[in-house]
Amino acid sequence: MAKNDILNGEFFINGDTACAEGAISAGCRFFAGYPITPATEVAERMSERMPQVGGVFIQMEDEIASMNAILGASWAGMKAMTATSGPGFSLMMENIGLGVMLETPCVVVDVQRAGPSTGLPTLVAQGDMMQARWGAHGHYEIIALVPDSPQEMFDLTIQAFNFSEKYRVPVLLMADEAVGHMSEKVVISEINPKELVSRPRPKVTPDKYLPYDSKKGLVTPMAVAGEGYRFHVTGLTHDDRGYPTMTAEAQDKLVRRLVDKVRLNIKDITRVEEISIADAEVVVVSYGITARIARYAVQKAREEGIKAGLLRLITVWPFADERIKELAALVKAFVVPEINYGQIVREVERCAGGKAHVKSLPHMGGAVPLPDMILQAIREEA
Amino acid sequence: MSKMLSVEANPLDCYLRVDRIPHIWCVGCGIGPATGCFIRAIDRAGLNPDKVSVVSGIGCSGRVAGYIKLDSFHTTHGRALPFATGLKLANPELTTVVFSGDGDIVAIGGNHLIHAARRNVDMTVICINNFNYGMTGGQMGPTTPMDAFSATSPYGNYEYPFNLPYLVAASGATYVARWTVLHLRELERSIAEALTKPGFGFIEVLSPCPTVYGRLNKLPNGLDEMRVYREKSVIRNGAEPKEVELAANGPIVVGKFVDIERPTLWDCYQQVLDRAAKHKKR
Repeated sequence: MAKNDILNGEFFINGDTACAEGAISAGCRFFAGYPITPATEVAERMSERMPQVGGVFIQMEDEIASMNAILGASWAGMKAMTATSGPGFSLMMENIGLGVMLETPCVVVDVQRAGPSTGLPTLVAQGDMMQARWGAHGHYEIIALVPDSPQEMFDLTIQAFNFSEKYRVPVLLMADEAVGHMSEKVVISEINPKELVSRPRPKVTPDKYLPYDSKKGLVTPMAVAGEGYRFHVTGLTHDDRGYPTMTAEAQDKLVRRLVDKVRLNIKDITRVEEISIADAEVVVVSYGITARIARYAVQKAREEGIKAGLLRLITVWPFADERIKELAALVKAFVVPEINYGQIVREVERCAGGKAHVKSLPHMGGAVPLPDMILQAIREEA
Repeated sequence: MSKMLSVEANPLDCYLRVDRIPHIWCVGCGIGPATGCFIRAIDRAGLNPDKVSVVSGIGCSGRVAGYIKLDSFHTTHGRALPFATGLKLANPELTTVVFSGDGDIVAIGGNHLIHAARRNVDMTVICINNFNYGMTGGQMGPTTPMDAFSATSPYGNYEYPFNLPYLVAASGATYVARWTVLHLRELERSIAEALTKPGFGFIEVLSPCPTVYGRLNKLPNGLDEMRVYREKSVIRNGAEPKEVELAANGPIVVGKFVDIERPTLWDCYQQVLDRAAKHKKR
């Protein structure tokens, strides 16, 4: 593949397109998807670009198939991605769980629209945040990143691939219709190959390889199909060999490790952006498109002399518990605008632990909250 | 003079995870014999086992992946085919096999089956048809014969079953065969053929399930259904798939029904890669 097949420069593109380009820069060479508004542009861009870079684009028969196809591709050694929106995200859930259980690196993009059900297909929402956290059955930890701009659709897609390869987990990019469809300047700079993470690989011969041997770390080396390792992996609870093991002890050992490999690396994974936090008395906690509106409201509040700040969640899962606990002891109140009827606000309440007042600013979706609404809430809490 | 009988390892043990034997299948089940045919077929076809991947879904037949010493994937219910499609497209050098059951491949995974056949993905699907959901205790499914009893058809099944060879042939499969587990040599040969033939190959394997399906349908012993196969099977290679329906009083038509040439999904994708390269130069 020629180097110039990867874009380099400044582009005026929408967030979905930037996401596709981020995947290409991250080394993604397999995309499987199904058309759905407002994520279709990711698939369209990939259908054009994958053949150009020698990768595979396939439009599957549904989102269930798309999710499975990227898992299969990842087990053949490729970096793989799919993109969807609410209804398709729901269909993917079972096999996101399979990805977690098999420890399969891959990236799933959800460009959120308003639900439930078909809802408002073309209009914005952030209603899938808890589905991202708990949508597949069973107990697990997940990594979810939330971009607030086309630039971040690019940057965080690369970050998502890096986390997925580093921790061997499906990583969710929880975009929204506004960020996916807006066009802005996106700077695509040449990626230093050292910035790209690849999954840990076995260093032993096939006869000594155990697919889930965690003696040397929570993230185990991953062989891929066709290399002679002749491994077995299963969605059933399994032991170090990957063999089904139907005991409470095996379940404890496996699920504890699946949870711990994310939970114990929270400091590495969780990213926030802080604006005017140092002396803030009222902190807006927000993410995605809503955070961009909150940024303006915070600026306006400062102009009025109110000590307001913004904590923008870039990683929503795992949640920024520690930072919010620290701030809870220092601030009067948190204001949490989001385009749902209160999802992440519950997490903020949990972390605030009653030490600071938490004000929910719900919006049902179909439009973005106006800055005045957030500003008014800041004034009331100040 | 008497010597202890020593049992040497079977030369084909290299294809099995012998440390996982005994398997979970019931006495009289046909999945074991079909699995034997599969590993002998890999050997017969002269494939490099390092390059063969097996993908299974959920159910009794879905456990095959766990006993085969190849790169093997035990996935979710119905989803072996799209998983295998991703695997194959990402590494076309792999010989990709889906080994699973009728409930898995045809009921919950039915949509994936017709689309994989339509695309002519280069893979071999071995579909054990035991006419019911064995793992969950013998419920009816889309292959259960009309009027047959099952855990969820206590008054007799009131749905028409699929004619699987007809379904996959109409969807675009390039190799379609049906055998019973009485036809072990034919089945082995057929699997070996499908493994080496490019394109979507589908082999339906009729298989007894004495423990649940048989018990409810007056075939309670492993041999009972095998006797039915012996009495009712007729080999008709080249038979029209439309005419191989498993009718209540008709014969069990087995054989190779379809063996045609059609460019595979990967062949067709190569043209797309060429077009994209030319498009760029312009």
